[in-house]
Amino acid sequence: MSRTISIDPVTRIEGHARISLQLADSGEVEDAKFHLTQFRGFEKFCEGRPYREMPALTARTCGICPVSHLLASNKACDDLLAVTIPPTAEKLRRIMNLAQLLQSHALSFFHLSSPDLLLGWDSDPVKRNIFGVMAKDPELAKQGIKLRQIGQTIIEILGGKKIHPTWVVPGGVSEPLDSDKREAMLKMLPEALTIAKDTYGLFKTMVPKFKDEAEHFGTMPTLFLSLVSNKGQLEHYDGLIRIKDAQGRIVEDRVPPSDYPRIIGEAVEDFSYMKFPYYKPMGYPNGIYRVGPLARLNNAESCGTPFADVALAEFHMLQEDSSPVRSSFHYHYARLVEIIFAIEMMQRLLKDPSILDTRVRAHARGNRDEGIGVSEAPRGILMHHYKIDEAGLINWVDLIIATGHNNLAMNQSIKQVADAYVDGNKLSEGMLNRVEAVIRCYDPCLSCASHAFGQMPLSIELKDASGAVIDRLVRDA
Amino acid sequence: MPIIATQPSVRVVTLRIDGQDLSAREDETIIEVCRENKIPIPSLCWMEGLSVVGACRLCMVEVAGQNRLLAACATRVTEGMEITTNSEKLQRYRRTLVELLFAERNHVCSVCVSNGHCELQWLANSCGVDHVRMPYRNHGYAVDSTHEMFRLDHNRCVLCTRCVRVCDEIEGAHTWDVMGRGSDCQVITDLAKPWGDSDTCTSCGKCVQVCPTGALVKQGTSVGEMVKDQHFLPILARRRSAR
Repeated sequence: MSRTISIDPVTRIEGHARISLQLADSGEVEDAKFHLTQFRGFEKFCEGRPYREMPALTARTCGICPVSHLLASNKACDDLLAVTIPPTAEKLRRIMNLAQLLQSHALSFFHLSSPDLLLGWDSDPVKRNIFGVMAKDPELAKQGIKLRQIGQTIIEILGGKKIHPTWVVPGGVSEPLDSDKREAMLKMLPEALTIAKDTYGLFKTMVPKFKDEAEHFGTMPTLFLSLVSNKGQLEHYDGLIRIKDAQGRIVEDRVPPSDYPRIIGEAVEDFSYMKFPYYKPMGYPNGIYRVGPLARLNNAESCGTPFADVALAEFHMLQEDSSPVRSSFHYHYARLVEIIFAIEMMQRLLKDPSILDTRVRAHARGNRDEGIGVSEAPRGILMHHYKIDEAGLINWVDLIIATGHNNLAMNQSIKQVADAYVDGNKLSEGMLNRVEAVIRCYDPCLSCASHAFGQMPLSIELKDASGAVIDRLVRDA
Repeated sequence: MPIIATQPSVRVVTLRIDGQDLSAREDETIIEVCRENKIPIPSLCWMEGLSVVGACRLCMVEVAGQNRLLAACATRVTEGMEITTNSEKLQRYRRTLVELLFAERNHVCSVCVSNGHCELQWLANSCGVDHVRMPYRNHGYAVDSTHEMFRLDHNRCVLCTRCVRVCDEIEGAHTWDVMGRGSDCQVITDLAKPWGDSDTCTSCGKCVQVCPTGALVKQGTSVGEMVKDQHFLPILARRRSAR
């Protein structure tokens, strides 16, 4: 007789979600599903609004990564204007995107995932949070908070505020950078780089301890999709789409982002409000792919900055053969490599004398009726696609959010972890925490509900077919 | 050539506002005397240089001997008047009025082009509106973006009719008018034609500049970029009255 375990809500992620595990009579996991339990409706209520409002409107999708939406949306608006933005504006946008990457990755690694890694999967859930990390390793917790603060402060210096800045506008940015602000940012980055390198070094020594998790946390063969630069290097703002398969063969390369509808389809399942994007030529659900730090590093031939390139080479060594790194557990590793890259690249961009150029905005009105903006958010490739009428009002919107791309992979990953760790006859908190932890590897950003770390109530019930509760675990808020 | 205005023969009255003894010309309204003496009093529909409609009711004041509140913009001062501009009751009424404006249409500041430069936003701030206690109507109004230079968003409109009056009284075009009743009330151009098709609009932009919110804005502005310049109005109004 089948039974269902429900993990509701999933904790230490951004947003609200539920996991359900369907058990067979024997107690083995038969099926696993990741449910997004919120409905937001952005694609619908943006209709009828002027396209110039879209960057601010869509940035409200999230409080953790609003900069990503701001950039993808403005790129879509640039496309509507049919302008090439001034080179300095592009560099400034890149800096803000990298600062966003820095703060978001720091949040994911230190605040949300380090409690599992440092304190253990089976440790007391009351202490398994950032405060537990502070108690065990105050210096590490302090460094994590500092690193995130630096990312947020750079966003504030550039955009006027840490969350939901409006400095990026269609056609470029609204204000040029002055030398005082540049110096203020440059002053913070050496400390950030030291913290990033130290954390990377520490995590490298920890990886062998998690051999078992690395073997079971989402190792299924999938495609990897990301942007790469013209030279095939790591890219977060612009570039071309590359898709590699699990053996490392390039399936698609140099695909212009505007051509994404040819290769990406979106399926819908009735158990989740999140769509299921897939690689069209392989159909649904075979066209499963992963995005985000793991995919970006698997696809990039190099980073283009000194220390990040060394770290990238070490990352590739995680896989014994020359194929892409398969385990979703190594999203954490990839995130730390990207943090180093972000800091090094920000230093390079800020030291460029042209960064103080005052020509930072191209002015135009809507010259096209369709615009596509694609950039790399911390969690993966982000696509904004708008259509406007003659008066410049939005009449169609499609947003393919980074976390959505990973939806199929997250569902398969929790099945794999549940198969490996969950015994349906006797639940333990630690085994279910591993099911949650594999979701945290992807750092899903399900909404702007950033309050959801470790403080939300968790109730798991194991029921037989008649509905009688045969086991129960409760974690209070 | 300087304009020479003849001095009107008006009397001076004495009155007391918030305990302060003041003198004023008898043809002045309470709100004008308050503005001259830097006594803060909120308003949305009133604007120096335009005729008075008394529509927003935000400038209501208490006058000794009157058993009802009076609109400061529509009440002339009289000899011996005793006025209270800021009592607990008035604060409560004003806050409620502002909340009703927010509940009636979509005034989400964070995504508005007038964010940071909006009179309604300043009012809400000064009246202590940290949340709205009544349910939002959530009624969507179509945006008119047909004009080459300007845009009309009914969702942001508070029906102050400044646009109607400035267009009629200062520009002389009378492009704007008001149509409908109650919550269906809307400002319109010509006989409810799209703004871009208006035969009378001179594209002078005065309506945009006097609009207190993000209802009338320039095309091409992004969030927070629409800054209004209203300095032209008193100058033009004085020249007009001197003709």
